[in-house]
Amino acid sequence: MKKQNPFQKLMAIPGIQSVLTAYIGVIVLMIIFTVMNPNFASKTNLMSLARSICPYLLVGIGQGIVCITGNIDLSIGSVLGMSAMISATLICNGVNPIVALIVDIAACLAIGVINGILVGKFKLPPFIGTLGTMTICRGLAEIVNGNYNTGDIGTAPLATAIRNLFCYGKIGVIYNGVIVTLVIWFCFNFIMSYTKTGRHIYAIGSNVDAARLSGVDVFKTTTIAYLISAFCSCVAGLVVMAAAGMGSMQAGLSYEMYGVAAAVIGGISTLGGTGLLVGVIAGASVWGILQNGLTLANVPAALRNIIIGCIVVACVLLDIMRRSGVKFKKKK
Amino acid sequence: MSEYAVSMEHITKTFPGVKALDDVKLHVKPGEVMALLGENGAGKSTLMKILSGVYTRDSGDIEVFGKEVKGDLNTKQAQDLGIAIIHQELNMCQHLTVANNMFLGREIVKGGRLDTKEMNRQAAEQLAKLGITDLDPNATVGDLPVGRQQMVEIAKALLINAKILIMDEPSSSLSNAEITEMFRIVHELKNMGTAIVYISHRLQELHHIVDSVTIMRDGKYITEGRFEDFTMEQIIANMVGREITNQFPRDDVPRGKKILTVEYLNAGRMVRDVSFDVYEGEVLGFSGLVGAGRTETMRAIFGADPKETGEIVLDGKPISINSPGQAIRQGVVLAPEDRKKEGLCTKLSIRSNIALPNLDTICNIIGKINKKIENAIIERGKNSLTIKMAGPEIEAGSLSGGNQQKVVVAKWLARDSRVVIFDEPTRGIDVAAKVEIYQIINDLKKKGIGVIIVSSEMPEVMGISDRIIVMCNGKITGEADPRHTSEEEIMTYATQFGANAS
Repeated sequence: MKKQNPFQKLMAIPGIQSVLTAYIGVIVLMIIFTVMNPNFASKTNLMSLARSICPYLLVGIGQGIVCITGNIDLSIGSVLGMSAMISATLICNGVNPIVALIVDIAACLAIGVINGILVGKFKLPPFIGTLGTMTICRGLAEIVNGNYNTGDIGTAPLATAIRNLFCYGKIGVIYNGVIVTLVIWFCFNFIMSYTKTGRHIYAIGSNVDAARLSGVDVFKTTTIAYLISAFCSCVAGLVVMAAAGMGSMQAGLSYEMYGVAAAVIGGISTLGGTGLLVGVIAGASVWGILQNGLTLANVPAALRNIIIGCIVVACVLLDIMRRSGVKFKKKK
Repeated sequence: MSEYAVSMEHITKTFPGVKALDDVKLHVKPGEVMALLGENGAGKSTLMKILSGVYTRDSGDIEVFGKEVKGDLNTKQAQDLGIAIIHQELNMCQHLTVANNMFLGREIVKGGRLDTKEMNRQAAEQLAKLGITDLDPNATVGDLPVGRQQMVEIAKALLINAKILIMDEPSSSLSNAEITEMFRIVHELKNMGTAIVYISHRLQELHHIVDSVTIMRDGKYITEGRFEDFTMEQIIANMVGREITNQFPRDDVPRGKKILTVEYLNAGRMVRDVSFDVYEGEVLGFSGLVGAGRTETMRAIFGADPKETGEIVLDGKPISINSPGQAIRQGVVLAPEDRKKEGLCTKLSIRSNIALPNLDTICNIIGKINKKIENAIIERGKNSLTIKMAGPEIEAGSLSGGNQQKVVVAKWLARDSRVVIFDEPTRGIDVAAKVEIYQIINDLKKKGIGVIIVSSEMPEVMGISDRIIVMCNGKITGEADPRHTSEEEIMTYATQFGANAS
């Protein structure tokens, strides 16, 4: 039993099959798109593809962790928009960009706390509670700059530094935005896999009663999950803002659903308790590759959406069929 | 040809690993109330589920009004034969009206529209047959008291022409006035010629309505006869009846100092003024019928449910427990009753489950899990309980019931607790696993840890505990020394409903 080879060890991790399926999907898609248009595999395209995946991955991490607790966070897209608008508005109005970032992060985290209180303390159904904060945050995003998109954040040294940090700068061939995103992924993956907080998050998603009777503080743990989600949305908002060089009131529209897609394709169950963050990278990549590849293949935008929608449903359907198949075997 | 409404002969049913029913028979005549009696787990419910088509029998014959039932019976067929069952927990759509509930699934439709008027009329008519004239068919069921809801369910059964009515613990959630009303209705039903199977643990109430009895024990038929031919002592002796064998390894340890005192604990209807002490070196057993308030008492002590009043003193110091987390930190732990629902995170690995309540001791200051300590805890749990598993990484939900229960117990062995509460620790697990858990209980006792065990299995609570507290209806009704008591004495305490009707 102790002498497992590395492959067996890997396969023994619960939930790894879904993750591997997602990565196989990524590889298959990449091969298909390369065959359709060899430019897809060019270094330039792959690097900018990686950069465009970052916001999906960030919201996927946040939504994924909330899903593991058995809840959902609908406010992600609006918090993203709010983050982009608050930071850009402050910078445009001459506030020191570092102060602007701090204010922005604080505002977003406050939304996370509110979500945690609504869902964890007052037991609002997460769908309703976060629907409320979603609407509120979109309103805040609109109100910050008096119902206008912001202008260009300018080329002051610090503003440029922010654009470089979250998007355009490079270390070697890799864009800084990708590195920032991966660092965040590593931190949260560490928390989920190796810490008490992570265990508690899985436990309340698997069986909230058993977790409570084992001494887990359900309110605190739920709030932490929503805080992580708000933080990820906040950074995603900064990435979007840095890429555009301005704040758009429409930034992040439907991103909460992109987050769900990234998480679910990556093998995280919306019912809670299972899933690995490593899968979210594949999930976000599938989403990004489809967008990028279909564009390169000259597929019209409307058709693109239809294709992506169908593929996502098919992915998840396959996974559910695979899982319920396992269940039937057990029942026998 | 047959005088019986239902006659079941040689019924056998096996679940994986357990023989639930072994050559059981049962007879009910039309217009008769037959009490089906037995301890928890005697097989009454299984037998009734076979009659109502929920389970299929392995072998045996069923006749309904003289007609043999061939092959498997499903719930639809059972309904068509006129068999209806009123469960202990009522199955009503709380937000619908009385009439809607009664006609659920067989709504009267006229021209594509629901004929509410006709349904209300028929519902009122049906209720009137039971002598209920003051119930508006338009009332929302959820607004009615439980007793009334039960009437609606009975009326619903009559609407589908039930000739055989099974009532499973119908009085357990009713007030005294409601019970009187229910008895009146049972008499009405009798006069209409309905055959009634009446399951109840409240032996004192039987003489009001019961004509005959059938007694079961451990999945076997014991006896049947006219109710008046039995004395209450005979009924209890027949229900309990088994010899107490020594399969319960009780180690005697001198009783030490007082560890835990609970005083005047009140929490809802099921925990009223509960006071008791736990001493070092003793196992305190809690006996009583299902629903006597034992689980509720333990949950209140553990902080899982809110308390109204009550003081808890641990090792001479009053402590306050408002959440399970607080209880665990102060050294009071609970292995809950329903392992699937409350004991385990079935989707998580065995490792995560055992570590979950002990993460405070496993983690370093920033909350990183120390794998070494974690592995040591898993090893300890595994060795002291011989959990059969492929490895600690597999899903806890994939284990067998006995092994799942061992994981639930192992969770709590890793820390130095002062009081360990086991709620039904051996329900549904095999004898070998039971004995292992008894050994653990004995080990804890020898270490000077206070152990409380809640058990509905009489031989278990008699065999393993050093002192037994009996509860009934949310109150403590008696205390006994298992070495010098009889199951009859405990059963008497456990059914003292009258004594605390306040």
